[in-house]
Amino acid sequence: QATWYQGTVVGQSDGLPIPGVNVLIKGTSKGTVTDFDGKFSLDANAGDVLVMSFVGYQTQEVKLSNQTQLSISLAEDMMGLEEIVVIGYGEVKKKDLTGSVEAISTADFNAGPISSPQDLITGKIAGVNITSAGGAPGSAQQIRIRAGSSLNASNDPLIIIDGFPIDNSTIAGMRNPLNSVNPNDIESFTVLKDASATAIYGSRASNGVIIITTKKGTKGNLKVDYSGNVSVNTPTKTVDVLDADQYRQVIEQQYGRDHAAYQTLGNSNTNWQEEVLRTSISTDHNISLSGTVGEKTILPYRASVGYNQNNGILETSSLERITANLNLSPKFFDDHLAVNLNAKGMNVKNRFADTGALGSAIAFDPTQSVYDSNMGRFGGYTTWVDGDGNPITIAPSNPVAMLHQTENTSDVNRFIGNAQFDYRLHFLPDLRFNLNVGMDYANGTGSTINPTTAAWQYNVQDPTQGGYYTEYDQTQTNKLLDFYTQYVKEVPSLKSKFDVMGGYSWQHFKTEQNGFDSNFARSTDDEYYTERPYAFEHYLVSFFGRFNYTFDEKYLLTATLRYDGTSKFGKENRWGLFPSVAMAWNVDKESFLVNSNSISQLKLRAGWGVTGQQDIGSNYGFMPTYVESDVRSQYVYYDPNTGRMMYRTIRPDGYDENLKWEETTTYNVGIDYGFFNDKIYGKIDAYYRETNDMLSEVPVASGSNLTNMLFTNVGSMVNKGIEFSLNTKIVESQDLNIHLGGNVTYNHSEITKLTLVDDPDNDGSILTGGIQGGTGNMVQIHSVGYAPSSFYLYEQVYDDNGKPIEGAYVDRNGDGKIDDEDRYIAGSSVPKWIAGLNFMVNYKRWTLSGSGHGSFGQYVYNNVASQNTFYGNMNVSGFNSNRMTDVTEVGFNDAQYLSDHYLEKGSFFRMDNIMLSYDFEEFWNGKVKARVFATVNNAFVISSYDGLDPEIPNGIDNNVYPRPRSYMLGVNLSF
Amino acid sequence: CVNDLDTTPIDPNISDKDNTYKDLYDYEQGLAKLYAGFAVSGQQGPAGNPDLGGLDEGASQYLRKYWEFQELPTDEALNGWADPGQPALSEITWNPSNELVRILYYRVTFQVTLCNQFIRDLSEASLSSEEDMARIRQMKAEARFVRALAYWHGLDLFGNGIPFTTEETLVGSTPPSPPASGFGGTEIFDYIESELMDITSNDSDEQLKAENTAFVGQADKAAAHMLLSKLYLNAEVYIGQSKWAEAKTSLDKVVAAGYRLEDRYEYNFLADNYLSREIIFPIAFDGVNTQTYGGMTYLINAAVGGDMSAKEYGTSGGWGGNRSTIELVKKFEDQFENQVDPRGIFFKEHNRENTTLPEFKDGYAVGKYKNVTSLGYPGSDPNLSFMDTNFPMFRLADAYLMLAEVEFRMGGSISDWSRIESLWDRAGVPQNIQSQYKAAASVDPAQFLLDERARELYWEGHRRTDLVRFGKFVKDYNWPFKGGSPTGNASIAERYNVLPIPGTELVANPNLKQNPMW
Repeated sequence: QATWYQGTVVGQSDGLPIPGVNVLIKGTSKGTVTDFDGKFSLDANAGDVLVMSFVGYQTQEVKLSNQTQLSISLAEDMMGLEEIVVIGYGEVKKKDLTGSVEAISTADFNAGPISSPQDLITGKIAGVNITSAGGAPGSAQQIRIRAGSSLNASNDPLIIIDGFPIDNSTIAGMRNPLNSVNPNDIESFTVLKDASATAIYGSRASNGVIIITTKKGTKGNLKVDYSGNVSVNTPTKTVDVLDADQYRQVIEQQYGRDHAAYQTLGNSNTNWQEEVLRTSISTDHNISLSGTVGEKTILPYRASVGYNQNNGILETSSLERITANLNLSPKFFDDHLAVNLNAKGMNVKNRFADTGALGSAIAFDPTQSVYDSNMGRFGGYTTWVDGDGNPITIAPSNPVAMLHQTENTSDVNRFIGNAQFDYRLHFLPDLRFNLNVGMDYANGTGSTINPTTAAWQYNVQDPTQGGYYTEYDQTQTNKLLDFYTQYVKEVPSLKSKFDVMGGYSWQHFKTEQNGFDSNFARSTDDEYYTERPYAFEHYLVSFFGRFNYTFDEKYLLTATLRYDGTSKFGKENRWGLFPSVAMAWNVDKESFLVNSNSISQLKLRAGWGVTGQQDIGSNYGFMPTYVESDVRSQYVYYDPNTGRMMYRTIRPDGYDENLKWEETTTYNVGIDYGFFNDKIYGKIDAYYRETNDMLSEVPVASGSNLTNMLFTNVGSMVNKGIEFSLNTKIVESQDLNIHLGGNVTYNHSEITKLTLVDDPDNDGSILTGGIQGGTGNMVQIHSVGYAPSSFYLYEQVYDDNGKPIEGAYVDRNGDGKIDDEDRYIAGSSVPKWIAGLNFMVNYKRWTLSGSGHGSFGQYVYNNVASQNTFYGNMNVSGFNSNRMTDVTEVGFNDAQYLSDHYLEKGSFFRMDNIMLSYDFEEFWNGKVKARVFATVNNAFVISSYDGLDPEIPNGIDNNVYPRPRSYMLGVNLSF
Repeated sequence: CVNDLDTTPIDPNISDKDNTYKDLYDYEQGLAKLYAGFAVSGQQGPAGNPDLGGLDEGASQYLRKYWEFQELPTDEALNGWADPGQPALSEITWNPSNELVRILYYRVTFQVTLCNQFIRDLSEASLSSEEDMARIRQMKAEARFVRALAYWHGLDLFGNGIPFTTEETLVGSTPPSPPASGFGGTEIFDYIESELMDITSNDSDEQLKAENTAFVGQADKAAAHMLLSKLYLNAEVYIGQSKWAEAKTSLDKVVAAGYRLEDRYEYNFLADNYLSREIIFPIAFDGVNTQTYGGMTYLINAAVGGDMSAKEYGTSGGWGGNRSTIELVKKFEDQFENQVDPRGIFFKEHNRENTTLPEFKDGYAVGKYKNVTSLGYPGSDPNLSFMDTNFPMFRLADAYLMLAEVEFRMGGSISDWSRIESLWDRAGVPQNIQSQYKAAASVDPAQFLLDERARELYWEGHRRTDLVRFGKFVKDYNWPFKGGSPTGNASIAERYNVLPIPGTELVANPNLKQNPMW
């Protein structure tokens, strides 16, 4: 006799109802799904067992008695043993993973005003170092997984959004390619770190793979989520420069009162940095609708719209983004055909501020006022002029004018859409076919406009023809077709599970751009107008396969193979084969541990694989090509009879017909551990990566090729390291929960070879790391035995008071003179250690959480200081320049760009965010849930670095857009 | 589809081999690149698509580097910029790792390689009309001239130990070899000589336009004879044996070619100097269409700064770098420090003395080159950022002085003063000064010739070669900052007579040997 049972399913830790929980009567196909309020009802018999399951929660069984009102709380599956992890061309249960893979989903994301997807996982994953180029709205982000494996080819990981591998190159008018995804739409990040996980992506996998999965429709009725926030962004620090009074003193000391330097001093007291920086307000709103159309789960859908207005702390900079996201995931034919449609649209409007204004704000004479009524022809901005009244071209421009007289805007539209069809054969459900077709279309247009009054674009002959107007219009079209088939067979008699997959992939990348430069009047006369069109494309074609074998749920084997072809190499070299093998042992499933109270999880992993690299700038580096010059680089003959004859020239470019894949071999061993019912859990991984036949740009023998620097396969590099992550649930109770987690990575990068032939006298070191100041100064070197881009400087000599002695360097080779041979490797820009830390304290409805990250052991070259701590040239050619207050301590007369005095320890820890949130009782008869929160982003930085901010990609600090501190108030509503 | 991987360039400015050279015009564009190789730094003006990688583009320009090495280590000019390797030029303290040595070496060898490739491409030309094919053969001669000119620079600066390549050398990564006898050998000298003989011979298939018939910016037989004369004049330095008679033969051809002295000395150095019939071979510039941060942009801007009015020199702003040494200034002055020779075009509100190297105002500025026309109008770039002025690489006045020198070398004295006097008269050198010059010449003709070359040809990129030929570069002559100290050193190590092969190149090419004494 069936009885009508009713129940509510809530989460154990938060007590909130869970919609969409599968409720099934064990041993039958009969069941239901909880509604929006976590409620369910169904007919069953006493004695039946209900199985409640939901992703992210431990499955629970409830035996029915006569009690018809049920209240069930599901424990969160923090360990996520049954969690499904998205991997390359498929997904896998977490316990079946063999490679070094880490997945992070919504609950673990960083909090705060986040406009870039990368910010969601900063500091969260061992071995992953994310550094923003600065604090500009939408600024570029550098991601390094286990440091870079290449010297001159790309070191960016491959990024896959909902099955679509995107092109890492930036779209014109947008600095961060990932910015086209609204972080609020992201469900999870999966980071594939070792070759056994990445090798399925073959030629693009050497630097790891990041798989981003966006949110999908939920089961149940329409659910509306709104989240919104407002943040206030403030500058944290400015460079200490001489103020007006100090400056007058220094000028008087250096030049005397009779000198032009003193005579040209103004009467103002201007803090130029304050003039260009501001406190800004930003806001972000997102609304999403999700649910399922129809009685059964016919058409789950999710649609969202986001609006982000991000105003930078450098005057005039802003970003305005609108995103729209639609996901439909219907299933047909009794779930045999699953269709997943993703469409993401985005519009970004940027206004970029010239960060050069930061440099000018340091250098501009503080005794001058911002505006000068006599400078009407320069828009009223104080400008250094020569005796003719024309702007002095080598003088610093007025920083305020640089920002307000520059309108550098862009408008970018991007659409990423793909359709995945996954079909399981009706007669053989173990066999499925997956087809994925997609397109990534992006169009960026933009312009930079300076009015005729902009001093740095002033036309001395005819001011009406001055100014600047440039426009570009770029379109990127990337197309994808993937097809694979997978066969999964469990053979209980053999305790074995086989999983075989094979497929084909085709991808085409095409970029076209048109644009022009002109003066403000947009004159098309020859002397003002230049067109700059370009276009390029490349193709990748691949075959791939994977074989998984599991024995007794304890012993796992994965082997993958990818065969990749690229249009970037010649016919003989374009195909590459990339294999990998990995094994894992679920020790915790062994009889001696299965009942252990202390050890709840233990898995050992080992893997090996080879991945490739073909991502170099040139698409035709293997074949002879000829490039025509533009109209500004012509050669002009003069014929006395007919006048001038101009030719655009043709140059043959260098090429290496033997250009081929760079290959990285990775070895990885790892342990996944969990103790005390996973109150403590984490991972330890050790890796060794060796890159051979590096795609490097190296000097070639003169006369052998049509260039002095050629992209060719030279050299080797090794990266090795250990990653350790630890997560703890220190307190777990009804009212109080405390979680603490962290990760630490040690990495050592070293170039092991840079030349084709071994030469004991010279290892083929290559200078790199150009700085500002002087012409052609480079402060870094690629050298054998050291990390790439290590700092290469002179060792400063100091006097007894610790003051550097100008021009005195240590004669390191002892030959009695100071020359290039005395430069030494003074440190690396690659951190030795990176770490992340996060915590969560939850008391009843209050939650305090935070996360931070740090890098240790790297050095930063302070280019701001090296340009601004010497007395010389404070007055040249009729203009004055300011200096940092440190000039009085350093006291150099001339710039000493190559002194290691300017190299500083760059170790730091940054508290990325601290958030306090409160969950309200349900409003409106329980129909609305609300959460309010306040966060501080970039709360503090601990570092001994003297400059503004030690966190700098590549270690050269100059005109970095300062990272703001942001205070945010936000609300999430759900109904 | 797998066949998609066979791509060809879709860029409107880039083409593969099959689509590059189709008609005569295309070849003219290829040839223009060889001349432009001296003038600009790459395919996008003023910068953006450089010929040479890994360097500051403007500083990697051919003329800029060539001029720097011909002038900054001499008594004519100083530069104290703090750029890497830069002070070592005026101090003559460079070494194989000096970046500027490296750039110059790359520029010279790259120019040779460009010519080789173009000659290869020309060899495959098959155009329908015989007229076109005749032009193709002439172009080949021009390409061979440009190559000979670059080889001469290479020989003059680095010696015979540089890689020796021709159109027969294959493009790839095989390091080329230097001539068999290496530094001190005669192969490159012989090669330049035979190439120039062939392209000036009336019997040759591939010959240049007749003397004094080329467009401005294009090489004709007079340019080739001038180059040959320079090669012969310095033969003793290059191969240890003199070739005075050969020098005279080719100089006679230059002098007889119909060039004439410009009415006014300074007209050779102005924005409209394309009109000068004195200039035998210039590097052509154009403020709108031939833009670079090297070349004349550098030469004019680097010479302007301090208290000078930039606009007077036809530029929007000076860079304050190159100026005179006191030794140059003195050559135009009497014993009371009054300038008596009008050819010295100085800005004298700066210090006459040279006390600190980085201070632009220590030393008179040199205003010889201006981006202003003979009528006083500024150059064609409306922003005055880039210059119209051509660089006079070879001009008739130089040929006159070379001829006088050859006569002196062969006969021990200067007997024919007519040509030298025509230079003086044209420039307005007073008669009493002319007499003093002649008196000095009768005492020490060599010293007179060396001084007179400075007076007539200062800052035209000849000085280092001249000082080496007269034996005064490393010894017996002193000027400020020579050897590193403000007061200079009369004698410095002999090895500075040639530049070292750059260290990076010795690594990239194990076939090369470092020059002796380096």
